[in-house]
Amino acid sequence: MSEDLKIIDEVTGSDYKWGFVSNIEADTAPKGLNEDTIRFISAKKNEPQWMLDYRLKAFNQWKKMEEPSWAHVNYPKIDFQDIIYYSAPKPKKTLNSLDELDPEVKATFDKLGISLEEQKRLSGVAVDAVIDSVSVKTTFRDELAKLGIIFCSFSEAVREHPELVKKYMGSVVPYTDNFYAALNSAVFSDGSFCYIPKGVRCPMELSTYFRINSAGTGQFERTLIIADEGAYTSYLEGCTAPQRDENQLHAAVVEIYAHKDAQVKYSTVQNWYPGDKNGKGGVYNFVTKRGLCAGERAKISWTQVETGSAITWKYPSVILKGDHSIGEFYSVAVTNNMQQADTGTKMIHIGKNTSSTIISKGISGGKSNNSYRGLVRIGKNALNARNFSQCDSLLLGDRCGAHTFPYIECSNPTAKVEHEATTSKVGEDQIFYCNQRGISTEDAVGLIVNGYCKEVFNQLPMEFAVEAQKLLAVSLEGSVG
Amino acid sequence: MLSIKNLKANIEDKEILKGLNLEINPGEVHAIMGPNGSGKSTLASVLAGRDEYDVTGGEVVFKGEDILELSPEDRARKGIFLAFQYPIEIPGVSNANFMKTAVNEVRKSKGLAPLDSKEFLKLMREKMQLVQVDKTMTQRSVNEGFSGGEKKRNEIFQMAMLEPELGILDETDSGLDIDALRIVSDGVNALRDGKRSFIVITHYQRLLDYIVPDFVHVLYKGRIVKSGTKELALELEEKGYDWIKEEVEI
Ligand SMILES: Nc1ncnc2c1ncn2[C@@H]1O[C@H](COP(=O)(O)OP(=O)(O)OP(=O)(O)O)[C@@H](O)[C@H]1O
Ligand SMILES: [Mg+2]
Repeated sequence: MSEDLKIIDEVTGSDYKWGFVSNIEADTAPKGLNEDTIRFISAKKNEPQWMLDYRLKAFNQWKKMEEPSWAHVNYPKIDFQDIIYYSAPKPKKTLNSLDELDPEVKATFDKLGISLEEQKRLSGVAVDAVIDSVSVKTTFRDELAKLGIIFCSFSEAVREHPELVKKYMGSVVPYTDNFYAALNSAVFSDGSFCYIPKGVRCPMELSTYFRINSAGTGQFERTLIIADEGAYTSYLEGCTAPQRDENQLHAAVVEIYAHKDAQVKYSTVQNWYPGDKNGKGGVYNFVTKRGLCAGERAKISWTQVETGSAITWKYPSVILKGDHSIGEFYSVAVTNNMQQADTGTKMIHIGKNTSSTIISKGISGGKSNNSYRGLVRIGKNALNARNFSQCDSLLLGDRCGAHTFPYIECSNPTAKVEHEATTSKVGEDQIFYCNQRGISTEDAVGLIVNGYCKEVFNQLPMEFAVEAQKLLAVSLEGSVG
Repeated sequence: MLSIKNLKANIEDKEILKGLNLEINPGEVHAIMGPNGSGKSTLASVLAGRDEYDVTGGEVVFKGEDILELSPEDRARKGIFLAFQYPIEIPGVSNANFMKTAVNEVRKSKGLAPLDSKEFLKLMREKMQLVQVDKTMTQRSVNEGFSGGEKKRNEIFQMAMLEPELGILDETDSGLDIDALRIVSDGVNALRDGKRSFIVITHYQRLLDYIVPDFVHVLYKGRIVKSGTKELALELEEKGYDWIKEEVEI
């Protein structure tokens, strides 16, 4: 192995930096999944009957479904009876200010570098912080309320805005959709809810930090974002998780509903625990994210930076139903060590003059496997639909894999679909060139990789882009020098 | 400042440098000429520390220190700069960002504080003038989509930014138009301060009209087979390499 390869190996073979476990008294359901578990969860959350009924229907559906196996990933069979489906930090009392926040929780945030004060003071970002399964604190709520914007935890929305939840929940991702969506619909713990009324432009980035906490706890987040006619919002989701040994299942559902002329930009930085160098531990991240451009000229953009998880199975998609609606997917997926990612998007063109853009950048190091899987479907009525896809793979070293599975289904001859794909290696030439300018190999790899991802980072809100670049550098950083 | 003794180097088990000797004092400009494939770029790469080349013998002492065991970045930080014959593209990384990283790495190795954005911009503006590089070029990705001549000019711009003690120019003149050749040469000459040394690899005497060398060497089959002053370049221009080859083969 040449020196460069060795260094790349060390660089990409780094252990997760942000593993720590915080000690918050958990309120936990017994292991396993049956109707009682679901009733327990629902009762814990003081849910109305209709919500419990929905969960139970989803559960019955799930029992009939099979775990999907088509993704290009490998993992031992999950024992769904060996998982804890609910765990919540004990609510002490309602908080009037951040000072009242559980010091443990606060310390956790501090370690993550996302202390709420900082967020509040510096960036004007409203943060709905989720530790494990229950929302701990929401800020800026009042300011948003003045504009009629609802931004709260999902459980709260179930209680306070049942009409909205009933109307929209499952309208984009029905519980019948797939195995994990059904599971989520049955046992979802909490998440965020967001409603932007007609014509309102949300003046700040809405943001949620998720985090897996108690040992052996599955995380079943549920997020619902509704942008009414002409509304605009940009939503950020980011996470890092503590280091632990047993695998953790994460099956989130995110639904976005965009009415006529509405725009939603959803950005994610995902940094769940990826497991150690040998592939031990790590989060299984099986996520269903989908947006519906229901009305004319609606626009939904997904931007994701995926660096974590042992296994990622995730295809943020857009259904382009409204005429002239637009769907975008910008993705950076990094895999290292033994990580496996099968990620991509689906753009379903139904309306006329709809257009979609897919920019995917996969980066694989170590012995990891990184697959892009994308579907572009042009329905028979989707006159003049347009799609442009660019799927690039970058290999660091020679023991990793990159795969591209583009599926194109076109039922309308007026459609124009373009697909470009490249695979490249971080060249020894590029590294040597950097070295010759005094830049170490580790920094060179960071520089080259960040340059490679630029098109995607450009889509992220400013402060998030900086964070993402740091995260990338950290994920690729090792014990070198 | 640089002393190369009996340097031998292989690539893929093929011996390219076969016992090369060269002494360079501070402030001197040494031109190296020689037929294609004689090992000029190999010498440049070996001096810069490229890992594909196996040094099988000899020594290279730079400022009193044997550098053959040093990593390429350490050599760069100690003041060896290589202007590549074929500069490399780094998509998505702006020239400015690349240079800022490089300049600050070099500063760090010297125990200097990194330049902040303002100081860096000031330095960059100053050096941009030197080789008449414009702003758009510093904002574009490193060498990506640059014309051949722009790439070469960018190399000299980078050299000006990094202020090395030894600049190795590998065919920097090839691909430059007549005006650019003058601009680049003026840039190099501006960096000649009596202490900084240069190795100028070229095929054409014309460059040496602008960058006047103290010595001219002919590299042939991995050895320096003839050395002289700038008149040697004129002679080569006129007669080609055959007479030298003949001398060597005897
Ligand atoms: N990677 C390689 N594998 C095999 N042979 C190589 C490799 N790189 C260089 N060589 C050989 O080494 C010899 C010297 O090459 P080098 O590039 O140093 O020549 P040069 O003097 O710079 O030539 P030019 O004037 O054409 O630039 C050539 O015969 C070349 O083919
Ligand atoms: Mg050459």
